[in-house]
Amino acid sequence: MSTTTTPAPSAPTPPVEEAHKETLGTIARDYVTKVRGGDVGSLPAVLGLIFLVIVFTSLRGETFTNQFNFANLFNQSAGVMVIAMGLVFVLLLGEIDLSAGFTAGTCAAVIGVCATERGWPWYLAILAGIATGAVIGLLIGLLVARLGIPSFVVTLAAFLGLQGVMLLIIGEGGTIPYRDDKLLAIMNKNLPVWLGWTLCIVGILAYGLVTYLRVKRRLDAGLGGGSLQLWALKTGAVAVVLLWMTYYFNLERSRNPALISLKGVPIVVVILFGLLVVLTFMLSRTAWGRHVYAVGGNAEAARRAGIAVAQVKLSCFMMCSSLAAVAGLLIASRDNSVSPSTGGSLTLLYAVGAAVIGGTSLFGGKGRIMDAVIGGLVIAVINNGMLMLDQPSGRVYLVTGLVLLLAASVDAISRRKARASGRV
Amino acid sequence: MTATAEETPTTASAEPLLSLRNINKSFGAVHVLRGVDLDIRPGRVTALVGDNGAGKSTLIKGIAGIHAFDSGEYTFEGKPVHVHGPRDANALGIEVVYQDLALCDNLDVVHNMFLGREQTTRALLDESAMEIKAREVLDGLSVRTLKSVRTQVASLSGGQRQTVAIARAVLWNSRIVILDEPTAALGVAQTEQVLKLVRRLADRGLGVVLISHNLNDVFAVADDIAVLYLGQMAAQLDAHTVSNSQVVQWITTGKSDAEPRKDNDR
Repeated sequence: MSTTTTPAPSAPTPPVEEAHKETLGTIARDYVTKVRGGDVGSLPAVLGLIFLVIVFTSLRGETFTNQFNFANLFNQSAGVMVIAMGLVFVLLLGEIDLSAGFTAGTCAAVIGVCATERGWPWYLAILAGIATGAVIGLLIGLLVARLGIPSFVVTLAAFLGLQGVMLLIIGEGGTIPYRDDKLLAIMNKNLPVWLGWTLCIVGILAYGLVTYLRVKRRLDAGLGGGSLQLWALKTGAVAVVLLWMTYYFNLERSRNPALISLKGVPIVVVILFGLLVVLTFMLSRTAWGRHVYAVGGNAEAARRAGIAVAQVKLSCFMMCSSLAAVAGLLIASRDNSVSPSTGGSLTLLYAVGAAVIGGTSLFGGKGRIMDAVIGGLVIAVINNGMLMLDQPSGRVYLVTGLVLLLAASVDAISRRKARASGRV
Repeated sequence: MTATAEETPTTASAEPLLSLRNINKSFGAVHVLRGVDLDIRPGRVTALVGDNGAGKSTLIKGIAGIHAFDSGEYTFEGKPVHVHGPRDANALGIEVVYQDLALCDNLDVVHNMFLGREQTTRALLDESAMEIKAREVLDGLSVRTLKSVRTQVASLSGGQRQTVAIARAVLWNSRIVILDEPTAALGVAQTEQVLKLVRRLADRGLGVVLISHNLNDVFAVADDIAVLYLGQMAAQLDAHTVSNSQVVQWITTGKSDAEPRKDNDR
């Protein structure tokens, strides 16, 4: 703070904020204040997830808590998670995309047609699928942002319409099988053990280095909000989680290892991590991401600040539908085919539930990509765990619904609390 | 106030930064602005007063490029300019602080101050540079009510929010700052703080336009008083020579008994 060390003697201008020494104690206190003020983030979801895992482990430890089921959980929830990641962008605006599920199905069908029936190489087929998603998002976005039709109605229409498009593409009652090895590998193959460890170590080092440089820049500039202790703690936590996950994934999962060996980090987990990192980066470190939050927080303020609100909205809908296309690929790859139910039934509702349970606000302006992952895991654990307890699916739905209601209540109550504490 | 009153003669003769001549604006059949003239000079606080519906908001929204005037001359530093959007006005150095503040509650002070004009290095947000610049501006305005520039705007008080909005307006080497009812929702102490801030802006050589219903505020900081009456500029008065009751009469009737308008052509 060289600028403040020599204030003009006649008009002393005290700095806005002394770069006070931040210790773990003050940081923890600040966090508690934040949570008490109503800004809970994904804390309830994380606590809920831990609670659920403990409950299911104590009730059905032998079938629930093992390396096979661990990989299975990610496999089951990957499609919902990726749709939820896309929905975060739309929810941040305070909008909704009800059609994301059938966008996933339609794009999966396009990929199937290109790869299986036309014989295109796998990467071109995937590209065609994602492009289809982008076009769908563009149309929805144009109707919402330019014409001003409520997104609920536009995407409800798209929900019905895309279901029709999908049926027309695959033929009534029929299916399009996926035969390409690469397409099937996405959900059915694992990385070699050595590659899993390598990626894990590289990921930890990259996280540590990037965050260290950021903290150091802040400290060098004399700004508060950075603490090497906190950095070490965070990096340590990330390292422990990643190392433990890699270790667990690299255990033998096959019931009969002599016949077929099943171990290594599933490819889909790497894809999920990649999306998590890239999308989080886009939202938190680019001007575009900042504009998304601004439009969600106060669209009029964003407009007056010169932000092209319509374009930001358009890009978010395109983002959502493109990610839905990726989700469609994951779902179809898991089922080895596209059927009329791909992306249908509960997929979309689970995805909205995942984002909200994870802590993304339905009122806009608040949410992170991580919410989709945590919320998706909560839903997957409830489904998976309760079915292992031989609960009828009626009860599973009931519990899932109650958890979603709980999450929405937390959102609404935290807003009320925030308003009471002056946070609006 | 005496100190600033002594300074003003040197700047009073200065060329107006912004001049409007014969401005007209209609919304459908409603003729909101009729042949309005306005001069904004550097280093002076020009209060824009008028009853509800006199056209104050329409006038400043036109200056800020939110909506275009139908006809009339808009000159900046003597040169005619065309302002078609907020960005055009910003490019000229005109910033508006709106009544409803136009801050994003879910973002922090620094984010709000740089909203729409974020600093980036290699396409990434440069948070440190923005935070340093934000602090410099707040320090320069002697703002000491903000505890941290990283607090969410949602948790700030009305006066603090107004301070952030004003600081955002001066961040961009602005030449003219227009404040729409900056003290409308504030308590006594906070009003005092904001008015001092307004005076400091003018003392730094900016042209300041203050819209207010509160004549106490107007007389506390203004050098000139421009009175809008039913969409016409009734008078531009020197705040140091007119009385409160005269201004009230201008606002309510569009004329003054004490000093009949000479150019009364209608």
